[in-house]
Amino acid sequence: MVIECSRVTKRFGSQVVVDELDLSVPAGGCFGLLGPNGAGKTTTLKMIYGVTAPTEGSIRVFGEDVTKHPRRVRARLGVTLQENALIEVLTPVENLRVFGRYHLLSEAKLDDRIPDLLDFLDLRSHAHLPVVALSGGFQRRLQIALSLVNEPELLILDEPTTGLDPAVRLALWSRIGELRARGTTVLITTHYMDEAERLCDRLAILSEGRRLVEGSPRELIDAHLARAAVEIDQDPAHHASLLARLNGVHHLKAGRRLMIYGDDGPALLEAVQRAGGDPAGLVSRPSNLEDVFLALTGTGLDGDA
Amino acid sequence: MKVSPRHALAVWKRNFALYRRTWMLNLLPNFFEPILYLVSMGIGVGAYITEMGGTSYIAFIAPGLVAVAAMNGASFEVTYNAYVRMNYEKTYEAMLTTPIQPEDVLAGEILWAMTRATLYGGCFLLVIAAMGLASPGRALIALPLVPLTGLLFAAIGIAFSLRIPTLDLFSFYFTLFLMPLFLFSDVFFPLEERLSGGWLQLAEVLPLLHPVRLMRTAFDGTLSAQVAWDLAYVAVLSLVLLWMAARITRRRLTA
Repeated sequence: MVIECSRVTKRFGSQVVVDELDLSVPAGGCFGLLGPNGAGKTTTLKMIYGVTAPTEGSIRVFGEDVTKHPRRVRARLGVTLQENALIEVLTPVENLRVFGRYHLLSEAKLDDRIPDLLDFLDLRSHAHLPVVALSGGFQRRLQIALSLVNEPELLILDEPTTGLDPAVRLALWSRIGELRARGTTVLITTHYMDEAERLCDRLAILSEGRRLVEGSPRELIDAHLARAAVEIDQDPAHHASLLARLNGVHHLKAGRRLMIYGDDGPALLEAVQRAGGDPAGLVSRPSNLEDVFLALTGTGLDGDA
Repeated sequence: MKVSPRHALAVWKRNFALYRRTWMLNLLPNFFEPILYLVSMGIGVGAYITEMGGTSYIAFIAPGLVAVAAMNGASFEVTYNAYVRMNYEKTYEAMLTTPIQPEDVLAGEILWAMTRATLYGGCFLLVIAAMGLASPGRALIALPLVPLTGLLFAAIGIAFSLRIPTLDLFSFYFTLFLMPLFLFSDVFFPLEERLSGGWLQLAEVLPLLHPVRLMRTAFDGTLSAQVAWDLAYVAVLSLVLLWMAARITRRRLTA
């Protein structure tokens, strides 16, 4: 295991942010931490890279107690924080050089490493412009490049693609795939279910500092919901009568949206239409992680939590 | 945790890389500050003063202004700049994802503040030597006092920055702390001729007074027991404040 958290609790005063969390991240995979804002994801990451000590419990990274050997552990991992921390007046090349020195990499080593990173994250065309002149996508890619400067065995990404356009997200996902293919372990937090389904072999859903479930995306969907979903966008006043006519079907509500689950998609759609679901507001689709999240926490992932 | 000199140096290099790009905007203007005082007070006001402390007025204020240049150089860095790096730019948060520890961050920042103090104080010493207000030998003796003054004011400034809840309070620090120090620490007139017994003893708390006296001693070469007291004051206050700052830095950065 690259990361082993056992019964980890973090309290700030009387506030419990992480509550007896058990987490095991095996080498080579991509592990996702999902949860609404305030679920304890970032605090968990901070404890894993050893900047914040757990109040109780133990964390081993690469088999070492991270609270005792933070320098040694951090030399072997890279972290992309939620917020970029770039030096705006300097260029990507200069930022990489400054960050590489934090890892005590020699100037000669950096001369070798920096062009590789620029290529890997498609930064070469903007390598010598001040960061302040770069778009959000470029800045984010540079931030990720910084966290790769020491060739980490473990890459920790805290909401890496929040606020990025779809093209940049797709490009980043493929880079993360390449890193995994080279054997890098990836630990990622995200609000985006599509991102988690696409990248993660395993994931844990956190809520209020507790782990609700853990498994592969497919396992989680299969364990908690039927395969098909019909989504209804309709005035909530009509939800009750519709559900009464559908007679005890598994469902979830999120504002105007009502989700109904069943094993057979077409049959489910037909049943909903017969029960009076407004055809204009109906979407038939496979169940996904977002449904699982909703089922487990009763909150949508991208906002109202 | 102990400071790792190489990691502290990496923090220092971060600031060096930044100022290598922006020195014209951020460093250059302050070079002129002590020169302006020297000209206005030394030559302007000095024209009406036949002598002070046994020399011309311009020669009297020159050593004190070297200490002031060092004080200001260190102060800018550990106040606004360090506060913004800690609270807004997330610079330290990013550093702490690498093997760098909070104590390294503090050491690197203090070292950088001392560097900036030495740049200002050192350049001003050159100007003074060029104007014939200090012999090259005396200027060389005064030189190590410049980073020492920087250390003291880096320690005071960072201790303040770590304790305030909002950036706005720096205006108090500059206007109601550094400014009075500048005006009442033996730079422009000899305190011992203007204050009576009890007040004179109380004035010993003023942090700038000690670097100014040390600087004056380096310039005129009259050693006395007071030098030991001044050096001890600077060393002890710096170390106590840095020890405190190290504890707060760790607490703040590892929360």
